[in-house]
Amino acid sequence: MEKYKKNNSSPRGPMGRQQRMMKAHGPKAKHFKKTLKKLIDYLKVYKFSILIVIIFTIISSTFNIIAPKLLGNITTNIFSSVMKMMDGDITKIDFSYIKKITLILIIFYVISTIFNYLQRYIMVGVSMKVSYDMRKNISKKINKIPLKYFDKMNHGEVLSIITNDIDTVNRSLSHSLSQIITSIATVIGVVIMMFSINTVLALVSLLILPISIGFITFVVKRSQNLFKKQQDYLGHINGHIEEIFSSHLIVKAFNGEKKGLDKFNVMNEELYDSAWKSQFLSSLMMPIMSIVGNIGYVVIAVLGATLAVNGKISVGGIQAFIQYVRNLSHPIGQIANISNIIQQTIAASERVFEFLEEEEIDNVEFEKKEKVDIDKNIGYVNFKNVHFGYDENKVILNNFSVNIMKGQKIAIVGPTGAGKTTIVKLLMRYYDVVSGSISIDGINIRDMLRTELRTKISMVLQDTWLYNDSIMENIRYGRLDATDKEVIEASVICHVDNFVKMMPDGYNMIINEDVNNMSEGQKQLITIARAMLSDPKILIFDEATSSVDTRTEAQIQIAMNRLMENKTSFIIAHRLSTIKNADLILVMNNGDIVEQGKHLELLELNGFYAKLYNAQFESNSNDM
Amino acid sequence: MFKLKGYLKPFILLIIVTISLVFLQAQMDLALPGYLSNIVNIGIQNEGISENIPKIIKSDDMNKMLTLADDKEKSIILESYNYIGDSKEMHDKYINDYSILNQNTKFYIIKEISRDDEMLLFKIISEKFVIVVDDLNKLEVMNVKSISNYYKSLGIDTKEIQISYILKIGLIMIGLTIIGALSSILVGLFASKIAAGVAKNLRTDLFSKILSFTNYEFDNFSTASLITRCTNDITQIQTVVAMMMRMMFYAPLMGIGGIIKALNKSASMSWIIALAVIVLLGVIIVIFSIVMPKFKKIQKIIDKINLITREHLSGMMVIRAFNNQEFEEKRFDKTNIELTNLNLFTNRTMSFLFPIMMLIMNLTMVLIIWVGARNIANSTMNVGDMMAFMQYAMQIISAFLMLSMMFIMIPRASVSALRIAEILKSEIAIVDPINPKKFVKENNADIIFENVYFKYDDALEYMLKNINFTAKEGEITAIIGPTGSGKTTLVNLITRFYDVNKGKIKVKNRLVSEVNQSELRDLIGYIPQKTMLFSGTVESNLKYGNSNANNKLLLNSIKIAQAENFIVESKDGINKKISQSAQNISGGEKQRLSIARALVKNPEIYIFDDSFSALDFKTDALLRKNLKGVIVNKTVLVIAQRISTIKNADKIIVLDNGEIVGNGTHDELMINCNIYQEIANSQLSKEEL
Repeated sequence: MEKYKKNNSSPRGPMGRQQRMMKAHGPKAKHFKKTLKKLIDYLKVYKFSILIVIIFTIISSTFNIIAPKLLGNITTNIFSSVMKMMDGDITKIDFSYIKKITLILIIFYVISTIFNYLQRYIMVGVSMKVSYDMRKNISKKINKIPLKYFDKMNHGEVLSIITNDIDTVNRSLSHSLSQIITSIATVIGVVIMMFSINTVLALVSLLILPISIGFITFVVKRSQNLFKKQQDYLGHINGHIEEIFSSHLIVKAFNGEKKGLDKFNVMNEELYDSAWKSQFLSSLMMPIMSIVGNIGYVVIAVLGATLAVNGKISVGGIQAFIQYVRNLSHPIGQIANISNIIQQTIAASERVFEFLEEEEIDNVEFEKKEKVDIDKNIGYVNFKNVHFGYDENKVILNNFSVNIMKGQKIAIVGPTGAGKTTIVKLLMRYYDVVSGSISIDGINIRDMLRTELRTKISMVLQDTWLYNDSIMENIRYGRLDATDKEVIEASVICHVDNFVKMMPDGYNMIINEDVNNMSEGQKQLITIARAMLSDPKILIFDEATSSVDTRTEAQIQIAMNRLMENKTSFIIAHRLSTIKNADLILVMNNGDIVEQGKHLELLELNGFYAKLYNAQFESNSNDM
Repeated sequence: MFKLKGYLKPFILLIIVTISLVFLQAQMDLALPGYLSNIVNIGIQNEGISENIPKIIKSDDMNKMLTLADDKEKSIILESYNYIGDSKEMHDKYINDYSILNQNTKFYIIKEISRDDEMLLFKIISEKFVIVVDDLNKLEVMNVKSISNYYKSLGIDTKEIQISYILKIGLIMIGLTIIGALSSILVGLFASKIAAGVAKNLRTDLFSKILSFTNYEFDNFSTASLITRCTNDITQIQTVVAMMMRMMFYAPLMGIGGIIKALNKSASMSWIIALAVIVLLGVIIVIFSIVMPKFKKIQKIIDKINLITREHLSGMMVIRAFNNQEFEEKRFDKTNIELTNLNLFTNRTMSFLFPIMMLIMNLTMVLIIWVGARNIANSTMNVGDMMAFMQYAMQIISAFLMLSMMFIMIPRASVSALRIAEILKSEIAIVDPINPKKFVKENNADIIFENVYFKYDDALEYMLKNINFTAKEGEITAIIGPTGSGKTTLVNLITRFYDVNKGKIKVKNRLVSEVNQSELRDLIGYIPQKTMLFSGTVESNLKYGNSNANNKLLLNSIKIAQAENFIVESKDGINKKISQSAQNISGGEKQRLSIARALVKNPEIYIFDDSFSALDFKTDALLRKNLKGVIVNKTVLVIAQRISTIKNADKIIVLDNGEIVGNGTHDELMINCNIYQEIANSQLSKEEL
């Protein structure tokens, strides 16, 4: 589990990388137009900046496009001067014209460069702002999304949205947009310039254009399919490797090395096959472009020369033409790739928008019927005919009713799947009941603000949750405005102080990223101190001691007891030994309370509880 | 990078072919500008006349010229030209090339002569030709213009000469282009095959090496990093090998070839190229040295963003319970701002690169034209040569760009190569003995520990100290103790996942170190604490340790392991698919399958390493009841946390801090072992004890 988590977390991890690569060629957007519109809406705020970017890009490309013609003019000038010199008409080249054009050229190039840079500068700003906003909105969204959303969606997918998808959107905005504009502007500009030099040559070059576009689209399409295949095979082999490495104990214990290697070899062969093919196909792009480019080059040289013989084009014109044809191949490659880029961007932003548009928990401010007096008579909890299921056809709670008095210690037991944890989730309003009601001190929890409800309750769960900061901050998490002194007081009560003092940096010790620089028991004690600090009126322990050994459990039990003083508390446990002295034991099975009472009463009843309880011992007589 | 050069060896022939093709490709690419220069210089400027001296001279004109020459010059001139008089034979020989030949006019036609002779001839006839032919006497020396005019005066169609010259060069260029492109396609093909092949072989070697890894090595390298090495690192190598095949030779060939060609065209302008290359490399170095360190930082911050989001997601319940949503948003925002600012900086810095590169190239062109124009004015250069020079400059600059790109890629790949080499070179800590002994079939499958000490590699203290016990065939031996007391470690010594530091472990009367590991493990059915199943089907998982198992054995094992229900419930039965990490079945189901898998193996020794923890008490009890029938005559070792699980074992060993603190039956231990009592008291009530 630990390792699995690691893989998912790090974008450099194999899974992360794999996911990203899969995503890059991932499924097409489901609602292309809708998403495109949303993306455009998102960008509307920046319409001014984007307009400037477009204008600047066009300016930059224009100056860039005019330049070869001017260069050609210089060449023509030199050339005709040389010809005249040969004829003996003149003896020297006139440099004033060349000087003038050269200066203009330098100015053009510098202007083009400046606008090109400015355009990039602005666009980077826009795309960074957009991705910042998207990330921020997602982080906010996580707080608003109902827990049930994650019944279907795993955390890895949300993580992948934050890193990969937003990154894709960012990249296409910052690079692709201006590239697309540049490409289109260049193609149009170049074509105009070509016609302005010579119509025949321009027409011939335009014939080359569709041929090269055709070639490129073919290669791009084919190589993309192959790349996808390669990604799939890479995914398979990744999966196999991951499986074998993380289960290497079993592989060794069952002598499965050969089996693993055989399977690997088959996969490796498949991967090799698709790998060289896709590599080859993508390497075709360059030579194909160079064939098309060079043939264009030769055709223009030959055709241009014959035209020049008849005086229909100048030498500089040919030179400019050659440059133009060369300049075309890059933007054409870009344009051929546009649809891919757009599709990737839309698919990525669709996932972002989908998440942002997920249904949120209702946040309607209910008119508070009664202002709850926090100190008065608090801790009376009532479940009335509660029905609930995570999805409609799978009922978890079926007419669950119970009355809990203030300060009572309630234990909930029952087999896995009986619905124990569900009760907690309903009480905290992570989920809402399907029918029936839950009330605290007579007020239906649906009529309270969630925040208000939750200030009254604290939970300690089996899976301890601590974050990458100091121990001090982690305990303070229970009440953010608590002073250091209060934190330490709570720690002392919950036996945290003892071991923290022995840690290298005491309370300032940073809990590491994998949260494994302290023992399970210590972590659990910290969460108890955290709950203590928040000073709730109702407490929930959901299997709080399940993942620690029995001696540590005893320690935690002491801390728990301190915490539970004078509080209504719910204890969910499968180690029945921990709940024997509860005021009330609720025995659950299949979503119902099947029995309730105190430990001894229930044993006497000799029903479900007794069976459950004895199950751990009945084997004594006839088993290991 | 060079640590893995051995992997190129199998492809050496292909590599040689590839390099020759690269050479061919570079030659073709380098030849093209020269031809373009010819088209301009000769084809256009010189109207297709490539010769310095007239190839054909009317005999009248020749005679006039000869009168201007001395004897020595006369003989040289006459030796160089053939006289086409009335001889039919001569006439027929040249009529194809010179259509103006006719019976009435006599001509002199040039013979095949060497370049030096041509130069000599040029010196001799240049002035004489101008005097004889050029009626205006505008020129001092003979040039192509005067030759062309002379040809025209003879009635030769110079236009045709011009166009056929241009077409000829054009065809040559297309030919060169095709050859060049074909060789570059072949280079691409071979490079891909070599790269993918190297990657394949590396991957196989790496994978099988890691398969032979023991726990020692797995402790050293995290699983995640091993996986990355097998996939990303190798992909990195593959990309770089392919790139190197295509560019490592091409770029220098183009660079050097381009420089030679450019020097040939104009040595005096080569400083322009040098300047351009230096400025360009300077810009690249400056930008990258600014940006590179930031890239590392960005990676760290992205990791942090991931961490915070992961914490945010995994702690959703806790965060909401404490109403700390805003706190989390702020925490995220802080890192988000940090990331955005860094990204802004690096991206904006990187944005300089492309425009500046373009500017440098363009200014180089302008500079070449500017300087070139002066050279042309001084007649030290032709227009076509200048145009060719521009192309060479481009080729040289792009060669340097390619080289600098490789210098950026290679360090990254060499990190990958190092990481791979590290694995391939690492020594396996546990190897089979050179002369392995065999197990004797009749011996009891007892496990014996004699004064065993063990510590992990970098640990200061022993994890296990002075362990002595025997687990007998036909008996259940249980091990209990708090977490961290060394229970699992002890089991890992029996399967020889680790080797003891001191003492002896015997299985079936053989030291575990004197038999082959595979034979030792064949004896053992191991059910680990953390269940691990493989993707496939229930059947493929059950047969993992015994591929010959028949259906009856499978079904029986399933029944004993209490896995019957969920397999029967599924419509696919034992063909039920198991997804990767077995995510489609629950923890308890996984554990039951893991037990069934060991049962199917039907080994002599069973090791249950806390294998019942994911089961509820009821299933746990039933399972143990069923197991009882199977494990008679087997050696059974059970590690457990729950006393109830092991209460009836034949022997219970209590471990604390790596030492045996109790050894006996439940009842004995309840009397003489404090720690055991402590554990028991915390789990069971008075009556149950």
